[in-house]
Amino acid sequence: MMRLTRWLVGLCGVALIMAAAAFLPRLWPDVGMPQVADTHPDTGDAALIERGRYLARAGNCIGCHTGPGGEPYAGGRRIETPFGDLYTTNLTPDAASGLGTWTAADFWRAMHHGRSRDGRLLYPAFPYPDYTQVSRADSDAIYVFLQSLEPVAADTPPHALRFPYNTQLALRIWRGLFFEPGEFRAAPDKSDAWNRGAYLVEGLGHCGACHTARGRLGQTLASADYGGGRIPGLRWTAPALSGASPMSAARAEELKTLLATGVSRRNVTSGPMAEVVFHSLQYLREADIAAMVEYLRQLPPTSPTLDGPAGLRVPPSQAKRLLKQGRALYVDHCESCHGEDGLGEPRRYPALAGNALVTANATSNVIRSVLEGGFGPSTAGNPRPYGMPPYAHQFSAQQTAAVISYIRQAWGNEASAVSPLDINR
Amino acid sequence: MPCRLLALLCLFLASPLAAQPASPVSPPIPDMDNRMAACAGCHGEYGRSQRETYYPSIAGKPAGYLYEQLLNFRAGRRHQTQMQQMLTPLSTDYMREMAAYYAGQTAARHPSDADALDPAAAARGEQLALHGDAALDVPACRDCHGAGLRGGGPYVPGLVGLRREYIEAQLGGWQSGARSALAPDCMATIAQRLSGEDMAAVAGWIAAQPVQPKAAGETEIGPLPMNCGAVR
Ligand code: HEC
Ligand code: HEC
Ligand code: HEC
Repeated sequence: MMRLTRWLVGLCGVALIMAAAAFLPRLWPDVGMPQVADTHPDTGDAALIERGRYLARAGNCIGCHTGPGGEPYAGGRRIETPFGDLYTTNLTPDAASGLGTWTAADFWRAMHHGRSRDGRLLYPAFPYPDYTQVSRADSDAIYVFLQSLEPVAADTPPHALRFPYNTQLALRIWRGLFFEPGEFRAAPDKSDAWNRGAYLVEGLGHCGACHTARGRLGQTLASADYGGGRIPGLRWTAPALSGASPMSAARAEELKTLLATGVSRRNVTSGPMAEVVFHSLQYLREADIAAMVEYLRQLPPTSPTLDGPAGLRVPPSQAKRLLKQGRALYVDHCESCHGEDGLGEPRRYPALAGNALVTANATSNVIRSVLEGGFGPSTAGNPRPYGMPPYAHQFSAQQTAAVISYIRQAWGNEASAVSPLDINR
Repeated sequence: MPCRLLALLCLFLASPLAAQPASPVSPPIPDMDNRMAACAGCHGEYGRSQRETYYPSIAGKPAGYLYEQLLNFRAGRRHQTQMQQMLTPLSTDYMREMAAYYAGQTAARHPSDADALDPAAAARGEQLALHGDAALDVPACRDCHGAGLRGGGPYVPGLVGLRREYIEAQLGGWQSGARSALAPDCMATIAQRLSGEDMAAVAGWIAAQPVQPKAAGETEIGPLPMNCGAVR
């Protein structure tokens, strides 16, 4: 018995040493500074500045790098993660607090290698695991645009991460496991539009940062590409972008309108997605939106969706009572906008019948929508969106669960009832 | 000759000068009542709140003041999570239109407020609102909020049309520190000089005043009697 245990321990030890030996070279590249040539792009080139402005929109840099009430791009927004809070940096060319002293090579090292100017490893809350696909030419254009901004003196508050996540060693291990600088490679058997879409979605668009499930260490799971994911720090879930069946041409047209304007005939973007449309997608050229949709509609299906845990099970007798109560509440409070048939009104009130947000396995989005109400984004294509009143201070948890259970099962929707205990979780 | 005149006339009619509308007022936004249903959920239809103690009426407040408040909420300077979430994806143009829409609504008057006021309290309230109290070093409300207490400029809100409980709650909030503004916080200073009875009297008197639209020649507010951080 003793012998066997000793033997087992020994075997484990050998396995560990072998694993470490195999792993060490992966840690190695992070020890030195990646050598990067400087391209000296012309910071006075007006056309290059405009190109950079456009690409920065496509990357939604402004959405994260603008603090509450702060100057655009001057940083200071708090990003919540399961490991603590991070604060975004000042990207304006202020010498002391921003990127004033950075070269295009320093900037490329951040975008492509995830390294700061002084070599510090950057946290992947800055979506460089996606931006690493961005070309050097596009990175230089963004650099030139950022350098053209008015410098703003704004220090970044220190990150507030828990041990051990606040150490460079933890980041080094994380990067060893999950990050490799990448390069976008066009697929020769696909159309130009598809390739352009892939470049935008996978790179600057960083759609997978929200729409792909994450593992315990915050890494996006390659096996679950675009299968949907919970957004760390927010009680929102980004739904699967990959469908079980290929997307019809009509649905693709609707999706283009939705991404460009925030509303389509039957849908509206809400919460974090409304922000993505507001700060980023509404500024993209029609051809680029079309290219992204061309890529999205051909995504391979992923299963099972990992978009978050389902709610508590509701016993059938309770479900029956909830549905009855919910129906009455719907007639009194919701029908005037969303309609008796649940079809809403085109471009004003979204349809709830056949709405994936309403019937999703993960109920967090539908619960938030009803409790908090809100507006879709104002965009050039829809400057004055309609809004929905919040019900948090009008409905009890029981009433909220009832009306949501009803809309999940009315008009041919087939989703489980929602427990009142799930409402305030 | 007449031909040339005609051509001149045509030229004039086609010029941007002729095409310009006479008044600078922008046309009303269609269907604004329905677009604003989200706000009505708390602030009432047309911005006339039914639950004034929690959600203030916004009907008839100055457009600039309302717009400033929307910016403050969106930026988190004035802290209210629900307001911030609602405003996050909205453009400043739309927010300006919302402010103008609510500024254009007539504030509701709550007649019951007038009945319940005893004459002594009404007289004290009127004195504080229109003349102030030199002994307490309290200026008249109208010195800042305008002769008709209808507010003015982008920063000073009107008071007529507010409910008695809401005014009293705000004064109490300033006195206790539960509500504050940028320093020097003049409303806090004033509230700290008032007694509970004074607050009830002035709130009651203001709430009982008829609500009328701003008079045509109503002047903007002059120099303020105190230094207020909220007024830039
Ligand atoms: C999802 C939020 C998010 C988005 C979108 C985002 N960033 Fe960041 N960025 C961050 C965070 C958080 C950090 C801080 C990381 C750290 O300190 O380790 C950061 C850091 C950086 C840095 C490093 C600064 C330094 O001092 O080392 C650069 C450069 C940068 N971002 C550029 C950009 C650009 C350019 C874009 C748009 C293409 C962009 N970011 C989009 C969150 C974001
Ligand atoms: C910050 C996180 C985040 C990012 C980044 C993000 N999304 Fe989303 N997305 C969400 C959330 C949350 C929802 C669910 C709310 C909703 O349906 O509007 C959503 C919903 C969607 C929907 C469904 C909308 C509907 O109503 O049917 C589509 C399509 C979509 N996103 C596409 C994209 C694309 C394409 C990108 C990249 C350009 C992207 N998203 C980037 C968070 C994100
Ligand atoms: C005044 C009109 C109005 C009323 C009343 C109303 N809604 Fe809405 N609802 C909207 C608008 C507009 C949106 C889109 C805004 C947004 O998503 O932020 C919306 C969005 C939603 C969504 C999210 C749909 C999506 O795809 O993002 C759900 C779920 C919803 N409403 C359910 C309800 C329920 C349940 C009630 C009654 C308790 C209700 N609504 C009452 C106007 C209304």
